Amino acid sequence: MQIDLSRKYKDLAKRAVNKKAAYGIDIDLKMYEDAAEVGNYKGLDTLPTEIKEAALLAGVDVTEKNRSGTYMQIDHSVIYNKIMASYENKIEIISVNDALEKFPEMEKYWWQAVNVDQDKYTANAELKPMHGYFIRVLPGMKIDKPIQSCLMLQENAKVQNVHNIIILEEGAEAQIITGCAIPPKVKEGLHIGISEFYIKKGAKLTFTMIHNWAEDFHVRPRSAAIVEEDATFINNYVLLKPVKSIQMFPSANLIGKNAKAQFNSILYGKEDSHIDVGSKVILTGENTAGQAVSRAIVDDNATIYARGTLIGKNDTVKAHLDCRGILASKDAVMYAIPELVADKSTHAKLSHEAAIGPIGEEEIEYLMARGLSKDEAVTLITQGFMDTKILGLPEMLENSLKEMINRTRDDTM
Amino acid sequence: MLEIKNLYAQVGNNLILKGINLNIKDGEVVILMGPNGGGKTTLLHTIMGMPKYKIIDGQILFNEIDITNLSPDERAKLGIGIMFQKPPYIRGVNLKELASIIPGHKDNKVIEENAEAIDMKDYLEREVNFGFSGGELKRSEVFQLLCQDPKLILLDEPESGVDIENISLIGKNLNKLLGKEEKIKNRVKSGIIVTHTGYILDYINANKGFILIDGKIVCEGTPNDILEEVRKYGYRRCQQCK
Ligand SMILES: Nc1ncnc2c1ncn2[C@@H]1O[C@H](COP(=O)(O)OP(=O)(O)OP(=O)(O)O)[C@@H](O)[C@H]1O
Ligand SMILES: [Mg+2]
Repeated sequence: MQIDLSRKYKDLAKRAVNKKAAYGIDIDLKMYEDAAEVGNYKGLDTLPTEIKEAALLAGVDVTEKNRSGTYMQIDHSVIYNKIMASYENKIEIISVNDALEKFPEMEKYWWQAVNVDQDKYTANAELKPMHGYFIRVLPGMKIDKPIQSCLMLQENAKVQNVHNIIILEEGAEAQIITGCAIPPKVKEGLHIGISEFYIKKGAKLTFTMIHNWAEDFHVRPRSAAIVEEDATFINNYVLLKPVKSIQMFPSANLIGKNAKAQFNSILYGKEDSHIDVGSKVILTGENTAGQAVSRAIVDDNATIYARGTLIGKNDTVKAHLDCRGILASKDAVMYAIPELVADKSTHAKLSHEAAIGPIGEEEIEYLMARGLSKDEAVTLITQGFMDTKILGLPEMLENSLKEMINRTRDDTM
Repeated sequence: MLEIKNLYAQVGNNLILKGINLNIKDGEVVILMGPNGGGKTTLLHTIMGMPKYKIIDGQILFNEIDITNLSPDERAKLGIGIMFQKPPYIRGVNLKELASIIPGHKDNKVIEENAEAIDMKDYLEREVNFGFSGGELKRSEVFQLLCQDPKLILLDEPESGVDIENISLIGKNLNKLLGKEEKIKNRVKSGIIVTHTGYILDYINANKGFILIDGKIVCEGTPNDILEEVRKYGYRRCQQCK
């Protein structure tokens, strides 16, 4: 099965190896070597300290106490995967390579939400596959503790191509927190991550991706979700550290009646980061609804493109896009690019609000009159702006994100 | 409590306050009346130290400390609090979060009690002042002041745009805030209340009244005398005292 699949997609991929992406800086893939294999670890607590610390910054709970399962990959080796005992018959977490061998139904999921020939990055992921995770939540299972995954790169000038498949079977509910990170000594590299989500009838997934890269890292995630009847897909993205460039435009196609999607992004552009992040909701099914919220602070010499596209393909749909930015430096640039498309749907209700502006003096002074110092006032307003509450995360993770936002701000502003 | 000496202040390039002298003793509550644009809000904001209001001349003493050059947060920490006529909203920050970091009462129980008292319990999880109605804004301000519990309270039109029931609720809470529930000789808190109608006097006993016109205090009297003058003659007769 795996062989048939790969032949079909490899042919398509070969034809797309030089196809530039629609957005973002073009990367010469020849610059990046393949990453090496590394060994296995028995538990997350046995990881080298520097890796553990980097993982923590990307939201990973190394004690695993507050998680139902863990998948961890360094470079292109799966170093650890585990399901906590009480969740064993509820979720599956394995390497996607193993899933391809084990499950004939992978045919229905492999390159079905994302096109293999979308661009050179998807093509590269197919031609030089390096694992990725397969996470499936079994029908009707409601997983109270988040599942976590962590993708790391260890060596310099290396590429990591991962392909993830996430399936929520009918009526399942789960929260997945995925952190991508690198230990401090790693300075450059390329991460390509394909993620295909299948949210079946009545299921609900909250997927949170926290990125923690380095100044010379290029990042090209390619993800898409297919959301069925009465199902909900919430996609959170948090980027608080400098990165050379990141470009992604994840999408959710709401094919089933009453399906819902929500994208939330919190972006902090620092140093010379070139960040191009969008989200797309395709409202195909009857009575589907979508929301795309993005908050960006652009500092130093950074550039942020915050894109959002809502496509209404049905008369009964409704969606809203909310994109706001603060420019914290004279050398920073922000583009807010909302796009609404009513595709043969005369009654679709699509709306957007986009605004770029500084933190209001009046609000700072108001808080100062209540006794907050100027710095405390700015911190509170910034926290409110980078509204982590909308992500619906476990309290501990939300608090640590808030702290990270404060630290990021303190570094420069 | 408060001593203002020969105060001149400007906003933008306009000189608004033109030689204000005002003394407020511990435990004293005064009302401030005057026509629109006369400088009442400017006076309160200047006492609070709001950065847009520049002191050109004169001095403000608070409990014998010269606060003329202090920032609003320093003044707030000394014990001055203000209820804004037009408060801004703050996105992404809910009222409870704000209440818990206002210096003063931090503890959750006090916050809940204050919210209960001013009927703001259902608003604790709402973004500060965002989408609040006129009356809700006033209650939000009183709630924040209850949490801050200042010694000198500057109230800018606490009753305007508020329905009768809520005026009574706000009045009761301001009484509490001003320490009017204490025995008379134990009362130490002071207040300046800006009012156009005097309705708030149905709930709060004030000691004195002033009329401010064109940046100057033109008249001083008992609150009832001041109110009666304004009700009968408007500011016509006061204009002559400029
Ligand atoms: N930022 C500003 N720039 C220039 N002039 C200003 C500014 N803010 C206020 N003023 C002016 O200062 C004067 C006094 O305004 P202030 O708000 O103190 O009046 P007020 O007595 O509170 O009036 P009201 O009863 O209408 O509330 C007004 O003429 C007003 O237009
Ligand atoms: Mg006023």
